[in-house]
Amino acid sequence: MATQTQSQFAANLKRYYTFYTGGFVAFVVFVGILEMLGVPVKILGYIFLFATILLYAGIGFMSKTADVGEYYVAGRRVPALFNGMATGADWMSAASFIGMAGTLFLAGFDGLAFVLGWTGGYCLVALLLAPYLRKFGQFTIPDFLGARFGGHLPRLIGVIAAIVCSFTYVIAQIYGVGLITSRFTGLEFQVGVFVGLAGILVCSFLGGMKAVTWTQVAQYIILIVAYMIPVVWLSAKHTGVPIPQIAAYTSALPAVTALEKEFNDKATPKGAKEESVRAIFRERSAAATAKLAGLEKDGPAFLAAEKQKLTDKLAALKAEAAPDAKAIEATEKAIKDFPADPGAAKKAWEAEKRIGARAAPVKPHAEAFAAKDEAERAKKKKNFLALIACLMIGTAALPHILMRYYTTPSVQEARVSVFWSLFFIFLLYFTAPALAILAKFEVYSQLVGSSFSALPAWVSNWSAVDKTLMNIADINKDGIVQLAEVVIGGDLIVLATPEIAGLPYVISGLVAAGGLAAALSTADGLLLTIANAMSHDLYYKMIDPNASTVRRLAVSKGLLLVVALCAAWVTSLKPGDILFLVGAAFSLAASGFFPALVCGVFWKRANYLGAVIGMLAGLGTCMFYMYHTYPFFGCGANCVANQWWDIAPISAGTFGVPMGFLGVIIGSLISPAPSKEIQELVDHVRYPSLEGDIDTRGA
Amino acid sequence: MQLTEKHKEYWQINLRMTSILLAIWFVATFVMGWFARELNEIVIIGPLGFYMSAQGSLIIYVLIIWFYQRYMNNLDKQYGVDEGEDD
Repeated sequence: MATQTQSQFAANLKRYYTFYTGGFVAFVVFVGILEMLGVPVKILGYIFLFATILLYAGIGFMSKTADVGEYYVAGRRVPALFNGMATGADWMSAASFIGMAGTLFLAGFDGLAFVLGWTGGYCLVALLLAPYLRKFGQFTIPDFLGARFGGHLPRLIGVIAAIVCSFTYVIAQIYGVGLITSRFTGLEFQVGVFVGLAGILVCSFLGGMKAVTWTQVAQYIILIVAYMIPVVWLSAKHTGVPIPQIAAYTSALPAVTALEKEFNDKATPKGAKEESVRAIFRERSAAATAKLAGLEKDGPAFLAAEKQKLTDKLAALKAEAAPDAKAIEATEKAIKDFPADPGAAKKAWEAEKRIGARAAPVKPHAEAFAAKDEAERAKKKKNFLALIACLMIGTAALPHILMRYYTTPSVQEARVSVFWSLFFIFLLYFTAPALAILAKFEVYSQLVGSSFSALPAWVSNWSAVDKTLMNIADINKDGIVQLAEVVIGGDLIVLATPEIAGLPYVISGLVAAGGLAAALSTADGLLLTIANAMSHDLYYKMIDPNASTVRRLAVSKGLLLVVALCAAWVTSLKPGDILFLVGAAFSLAASGFFPALVCGVFWKRANYLGAVIGMLAGLGTCMFYMYHTYPFFGCGANCVANQWWDIAPISAGTFGVPMGFLGVIIGSLISPAPSKEIQELVDHVRYPSLEGDIDTRGA
Repeated sequence: MQLTEKHKEYWQINLRMTSILLAIWFVATFVMGWFARELNEIVIIGPLGFYMSAQGSLIIYVLIIWFYQRYMNNLDKQYGVDEGEDD
């Protein structure tokens, strides 16, 4: 390939990936034919899973390399368009692919913070960082910190920050991989984690960044096709317009808004039925509250008395002249399930008390910051904007994304490449809100009001598979579905769209393959970032600068394996809240990296002490805030009281980023200006090409 | 490596364009977000506040980056700091 020019190389790539896309479409059609021939769906699930993992492994194998430049930055010859696709896949994780539309379905307007934050951040990448980092042109983000600010300490803090935020983020990805493999093959979650991991490793282990890049391009194509097909189909089916991004706002949203008003108005027939269900929930909640109060007062004696009441009731029922078999059965079940001790009773009744939340009126989808009063609204607005800010700045500071702009052939291509990155990400992100509205329209207009004896197939299928995704029960026993009787888990929206749209199973398999591609590609990029930070920055730059190429790559690959196994092990323990993990990674990256990186380019006076103080102050503030406000760390009842200006712990970067900037400014001003060499380095990164320019490219 | 007046001018123009585009970005994100409830009163393609956050602002972001890369890549050539054709 060394003899190819860059334009020939790009033309060849276009040809390969066109063939590849054609081949993939043919493969999907082939699986579709198998389905028509009656091959069981379980087998089809396996075919999709293993064929795609095998494909990624194959690309990884073909891209194996022993060259340092290829291993770390894909030889710096990835054309802008392809780097854009790779960044898109790198960026969009299982949370974006499967979770995003569901979050929007459940949260309405307030969920849009994620859509805005995860796209708008690329404006900061394009305007403030990507072209300058590309001109600097080494291997990692700590490389830049080390060269710009001098000394080992800024580099070391950078390494630690990169490892902390990437590791937090990668756990969420591997979790997604485990979930998808186990759901579609019936393997155990833990086994699923390791099967997926094998797919990730084959790829990055053999070819580093080069293999990861070309796999990510392939994964992007699969994930975007898998996301679009069902949504376009659904839109065409419901509205006759096959462009969901238009149909959702012009025809589905007005219908949804009208139905919401009806559900909330007791004077309408639909509203009256909803109210009858809500009244039952309120009663159950009130009864549970009363029982909890009794338990608090009398302890075990109250529990025994309650059980006695049930036993008496059963006896009375049985003694009746015409015993009601159903009522007897229900009471017997209640006695069997009666909590054994006060602890269990408290837990069960508290859960029952919370059911009162289901009596709340429907939240209008498009209403911004819906809340009971003005103060609550102001709080929601503040948190909405703070979350957007953290996600955006975090986007412009996550090392696995910034690293991608080292791989383009030139500064110009880096700029174009950020455009393609956002464009490819935008395709999915502006479809997700439309999908949420279309799905809501389906639920409100088709599911609500249908009869329990003839539920749509997708509803009965999914409620049989997983109660957390689809929970439906005839609460008021009228045989008709009311909205208050349905509880939907967010992840259901994307997973069930093919069935809602009436597409064959092969499309469901395709969606699963798309979700897997999203999770694998992000995990790939993150693991590589962690391994590179340790092998390149820590080992080569700080411990043994004389290490041979062979040794450097061997160390890197060894570390990759260790990190991957650690991450899989942590994931298999199923640690807490995935959304918080992801949010925390963004806040940490924003506070740790962003101020130092931006000042490094735009403020010549920024120096060693400024960077050290700024990064430590940013990270420190961010961690301090999370530690004192997030319940996981044991702040208990004080969590809310500890908050500053009511900002939620996920947006800790709101305080970390300003502290980081303050630290850089103060630290720089109290110590001497940087040396002439470093000032020249700043000029060097500011101009794509200068006469008599210094050379900072890594080798 | 001595920077000429022309080089300094290039950097000033770059800073000016960066600031203008960041200002647009800020309005599209935070000002629109702040007034989302008020904007929702206006209905064009759906309630405006909702539409902007779900789609409109995203389109603005894409346009900002598209414009910046085109503008800067031309500016590089004008000021003779472009990298020329690779290989």
